[in-house]
Amino acid sequence: MKIRNIINKIKPRFWDEAIHQDQPGLFNYRRIWKLTVFCVSFVAITPLMVLSFMDYNLSRKTLQAEASFPIMRLVSNTTLNVGTFLEEKTALLRFIVQNNNYHDLIRPGHLEKLLSDINSSFGGFADLGVIDSRGIQISYTGPFDFQGKDYSMQEWFNEVVEKNLYVSEVFRGYRDEPHFVIAFKEYLPGENWFILRATIDTEEFNRLLQSLNVRPSTDVFLVNKNGILQTPSAFHGDVLERVKIDLPGPDVKSSDLEPADSNNFKNLLGCVSRESSILEINDSKDSKKFLGCALINNSPFIFMVIKSQRELMENWWKMRMELIGFMLISVTSILLVILSAATYLVSRIHDADIKRASALHKIEHTNKMASIGRLAAGVAHEINNPLAIINEKAGLLKDLFGYSEKYSKDEKLNSIADSIIHSVERCSAITRRLLGFAKHVDVEWKKVRIDNVVRDVLGFLDKEAQYRELEVNLEIDGENPELISDQGQLEQVFLNIINNAFAAVDDKGRIDVKISTYPEHVQVRIADNGCGIAPENLKKIFEPFFTTKGEQGTGLGLSITYGLVKKLGGDLSVESEPGKGSVFTVCLSRKFNPKGTVSLDCHK
Amino acid sequence: MEKIKVLVVDDEKTFLETIVERLESRGFDVQGVASGKDCLDLMSMESFAVVVLDLKMATLSGLEVLKEIKKKWPTTQVVMLTGHASAETGIEGLSLGAFDYLIKPAQMEDLVRKIFQAAESRTALLQKRENLVNQ
Repeated sequence: MKIRNIINKIKPRFWDEAIHQDQPGLFNYRRIWKLTVFCVSFVAITPLMVLSFMDYNLSRKTLQAEASFPIMRLVSNTTLNVGTFLEEKTALLRFIVQNNNYHDLIRPGHLEKLLSDINSSFGGFADLGVIDSRGIQISYTGPFDFQGKDYSMQEWFNEVVEKNLYVSEVFRGYRDEPHFVIAFKEYLPGENWFILRATIDTEEFNRLLQSLNVRPSTDVFLVNKNGILQTPSAFHGDVLERVKIDLPGPDVKSSDLEPADSNNFKNLLGCVSRESSILEINDSKDSKKFLGCALINNSPFIFMVIKSQRELMENWWKMRMELIGFMLISVTSILLVILSAATYLVSRIHDADIKRASALHKIEHTNKMASIGRLAAGVAHEINNPLAIINEKAGLLKDLFGYSEKYSKDEKLNSIADSIIHSVERCSAITRRLLGFAKHVDVEWKKVRIDNVVRDVLGFLDKEAQYRELEVNLEIDGENPELISDQGQLEQVFLNIINNAFAAVDDKGRIDVKISTYPEHVQVRIADNGCGIAPENLKKIFEPFFTTKGEQGTGLGLSITYGLVKKLGGDLSVESEPGKGSVFTVCLSRKFNPKGTVSLDCHK
Repeated sequence: MEKIKVLVVDDEKTFLETIVERLESRGFDVQGVASGKDCLDLMSMESFAVVVLDLKMATLSGLEVLKEIKKKWPTTQVVMLTGHASAETGIEGLSLGAFDYLIKPAQMEDLVRKIFQAAESRTALLQKRENLVNQ
């Protein structure tokens, strides 16, 4: 109900305007309004939307590229670094085997010296070992006692035999500490060969990655091709655990993958090449992250960077908010302006039409009254002449009776003459009143006694009242209901209203007219006990061309009456209850009040 | 007492005859003419105390006749008769010097009373003029 009230309050006047199909001048304002609002909104908002959308996409792409660029750079740099690191170690091993012959290498003490020399100048080597072609470690130096161990059954051994160089994944191995192995196969003179194997501390890797100096929220680590972490990660699991990443696309968690599937891990992530690639992933905390990765050359390692999107895309989000906010504000203000402008303009058209219509009615009314006036004046004059003759003839007849002895005593003849004279008097009263009603087109401000006006009107309708046995009461409350107004127009007002009351009541109906005199104004209340007016018609009752009488009514009577009352500086209101009757209240200022409005509170 | 000389001007013959007869029966010396021209012609030959003049006539309108009368015989009093219920023509007549006006159909008593009053005012006027002349 509250919303309805608000809607009613802001609803423009023309919204409920009835569509007058018979009146080409009166438009369907609601349609005009809708059309205007729709067309203007469409033309104004569509380009804005299109531009905003384009800008949105462009900005998003640009910012995304800008955000991914540092990741790409980090990935490629680090990949290069790690690759170089591995190459350096490999080159070192190659240097060792090329500069020391096999017998030197297996000579006790030589390997220890080499290891301490290497570590003092390069660092990072945990142990060194020489393995012969049978897979037996024949010489070893390091913190453990691996001398004589048989590696021939191990996978890496076969691989190094095949490929000459092998870089292992990180594993715990015998020593139960994360490490990885670089092995290098060197041929001896003849068909024989041996392998130099070095264990490298993953600490080196960790140090390398730590030296990247990334933000605390960014995670950098290495994984192998099966998704097993090679270096500790800050958020995605510990060393040698399966990396916890939600893969994009189908809902697969890397931790759900069976070892068999995990062969595809790098394919799944798209990190199949040395080119760095980037993709979006969902974090466990439902926040989106960027994952950059690349394969490190000549190694089983994949370098990964996981960076929260929030940091990178903060600018974008801010910009997006600004864009969307700006668009919303623009659209809202455009719509507001369009709505209010359309409403204002259509209201103006509506008002102008109403004014024009009422001006037309006024002209029509004035013309009508003028022709009625001319007609009535002509009729009155033409009828008055023969009436004057009848009057004189009857008077002469009476005179003659008076002089004659024979007829002066004849009551019957005298009464006949009297009744003729009396009828002529009545006739002349009628013509005079006819003229009185018709004549006044312009307002003539004079002192008028409202009770006389009402009495005149009631007298005019007296015959009909008698014929239909209507009960007509006139009550006058207060002294001397005199005011400055126009008698003729007041007569017309009351004739119209009382005539309507007559039409509304059935035979033997009742009409009460009450005149109340106040210091500032006079109120005339005309109440009938007739059929009443339906509520939906009540608000349209003073509209021109509104009629419930169908073909018989012009729909002008009450609108003219209303116009007249307003012209006389008064107010006309109506209350009605269907089936019980209607009350018309005319309020008139007692002072000279041309075209003024009654400020008086006269409907109490 | 001398009879008051009254001239009735009305283009409606029947009305004219009747009213002449009725005024005669009330002791006036009455003559009737049916047009403004006849009225002016007759008045140039005879003098009348009161003229009862219909304002709406076919050839010469009542108001013009009134103007002419007032110009030539200012002492003659004119009582107007009009078919218009409006006071306007009556008031215009009064401003042109008519004594009074009556709306048709008028009561004989009213007309007689007006004629007497008009005649009295004429007598008073003549008296005044005589006094002025004597002085």
